[in-house]
This record gives sequence, C-alpha cells and structure tokens, in this order.
Amino acid sequence: MMSYLWGGMIVIGIVYAAFTGNLEAVTDAAIQSAQDAVTLCITMMGVMSMWVGLMEIAKEAGLVDFLSRLIGPVLHMLFPGVPRKSKAEEFISLNVIANVLGLGWAATPAGLNAMKELDGLRKMQGKPAGIATNDMCNFLILNISSLQLIPVNLIAYRSSYGSENPASVIAPAILATAFSTLVAVVFIVLVNGLGKKNGRAVS
Amino acid sequence: MNTLVTISNMILPVVILIIVAIGLGRKKDVYGLFIKGAEDGIQTVIKIMPTLIGLMVAVGVLRASGFFDFLAMILSPVVKVFALPAEVVPFLLIKMFSSSAATGLALDLFKTYGTDSYIGTLVSLSMSSTETVFYTMSVYFMVVKITKTRYTLAGALLATVSGVAASVVLALWMCG
Repeated sequence: MMSYLWGGMIVIGIVYAAFTGNLEAVTDAAIQSAQDAVTLCITMMGVMSMWVGLMEIAKEAGLVDFLSRLIGPVLHMLFPGVPRKSKAEEFISLNVIANVLGLGWAATPAGLNAMKELDGLRKMQGKPAGIATNDMCNFLILNISSLQLIPVNLIAYRSSYGSENPASVIAPAILATAFSTLVAVVFIVLVNGLGKKNGRAVS
Repeated sequence: MNTLVTISNMILPVVILIIVAIGLGRKKDVYGLFIKGAEDGIQTVIKIMPTLIGLMVAVGVLRASGFFDFLAMILSPVVKVFALPAEVVPFLLIKMFSSSAATGLALDLFKTYGTDSYIGTLVSLSMSSTETVFYTMSVYFMVVKITKTRYTLAGALLATVSGVAASVVLALWMCG
C-alpha cells in the first residue's frame, strides 16, 4: 500500500508540475527535501535518545510495571470478558502504558500479543472465528483514540522548524487526546451496555 | 501568558525528575541505563531516516508542483464551515492510513506556515490526538485473521473526529 501512496505522490507531483510549468521548483524541492530530512533526523536524534534513555530508567526502576498495574481496574471495566490477572489483561495494560509514554516500538508487540490472547479467549468461549469479539473492538477503539501523553517526536519536529516554544503544545495535546479517549470510552460503554439490554449475546 | 503553555513547560521537567528520582531511590545505575537507552534511541532514528527521506521528498515534490494549492482551492469551500483550513485536510486524511506519510505532510505545513501559526498548532495537536485508523485496524486484525470488525471502525472514526474537533477548539483558543 505504501508503494501506491508514495509512488502516487511522486507521479501526481511531477505530472502536475509539468502541466503548470513548475518543474524547476520540483527539482529544487526534491533535493532540498532530502537534505531537510537528514537535518531533521539529526535534531530528532538528540530528543529521541534523551527520551528513550529516560524510559530505560523508568522500565528498570519498575515504573512501567507499576503504571500497568495501576490501570488494571479501569481496564477491567472496559473489558468485562477479560479475566483479571490474565495474560490478555497484562498485554493490554502494557500496550496502553507504552502508548501513553510514547514508546511506539514497545506498544505494537504488546498490542499484537494482546490480540492473540483475546483470540485465545474467543476460542475458549466457543465464539466463531473471523468475527471480532467485543473485547477486540473495544481494545482497538481505545488504542486508536490515541493515548500519548508526551508527544516527544512532535516536540523534536517543532523545535527543528523554529518554534518559539516547542513544548507549548504538551498540555493542549493532552487535553485533545483525553477528549478523544473519553469519547471512545463512552462509545464503548454505550455499545456494550445497549448490547446487554437487548439481550443479544454480543460480548 | 497562557496557562496551558505554563503547564506545558512544567510537564517535561517534572516527568524527568520523577523518573530519575525513582531510579536513584531504587538504587539503579541511572546513568548507565540512560546511556544504554540513548543508544537505542539513536538506532531508532537511523532506522526511520530512509522512510523520512523518501516521504519528505514526495511531499516536497507535491508542494512545489502547486498540487497542494490546487487541492486546497477545491477543498476550502467545503471545510470552511468547520474552521478547518483546507491546507490541513490532506494531512488529516493521510494520517488515517500512514503515520510516516502524515509526518511528511505535517513537516511541510510547519515549514510553509510556521509551527506556532494556527495551522501549525492545529497540526501539532491533531498529530498527537489521532491515530492511524486503517493501518492499526488492518495490522491488529490481520494477526488474528479477523475479517468482520463489527463496530470497531465506527468507534475509531468517532474518536478520531473528536480528537480533531478538540484540536480545532484548542488551537483556536491558543492562537486567539
């Protein structure tokens, strides 16, 4: 899919430029953008290294585990079908916390493992294969609502493009994320609640 | 000074303090751990560098060709109602499919309109309050071979729209 997206952008750009007489600008832009990308990576390297370094301390000091346990009860509300202290619950909380802390590379493996565990639960409950269970839907909606607390990459991008105060967006970004997550949670609770009232076996 | 900005400026130092203090309290080799993590951080950035070069070139070409201006011209009457600048729409749409391609577009907007402008702020906020809906769904459901995703898409899109709406309101507020 990326090939179509990337290829499409290049082809549309060059063809459109040929018709509008912007080919010279395109030449400059291609070369300049490649340079910009490298400059950006150098700026990012500093911020990312700092953050990952701090997260290594947080992980070793047990902070990540502690936070995962802390959100357990909240998660239990959203995933009634997931037994307490199960592997599934563990992976779900790890995925949520990794997302909150901006640890994308730790979030994805945990998230995929959580899906596998949820699929195992589906089998145990004798539900049909190929159809998402409520817990799977809820997990993905929660995940997609975006949970990131400190957008480290964003701060790095902003500082390399000359922001006067790159960190100024942290608090409003948390508010926006909290709002989208709140809407997701309300949606999940409503859908699951209605499902139960209608007496349908949806969970 | 905007209170949100004041709070923003306090969050990072406080988080760093908590992490280091707990590390020291638990008698961990905080410095050694930091160095080890920082090394991983450099590796991560080097790994995403080719992706970023590829996508920034593609976005740069599209921008220079004048295609974005054309797109913005078509879109602006439609989205004006929502206080959504047409320039931001391609970014919001791409963000649902690919995070790296969206980053390319976001950086282009930062460069063209400035990070602290209304557009720059709106992009910053919606970048951190939305996720790649279709990419995440396809990857996560693929591992367990789920084809019927039921109400996932509805919920995910609702969360995304809410994130963008909140970003618009907050960006309007921050930029007056």
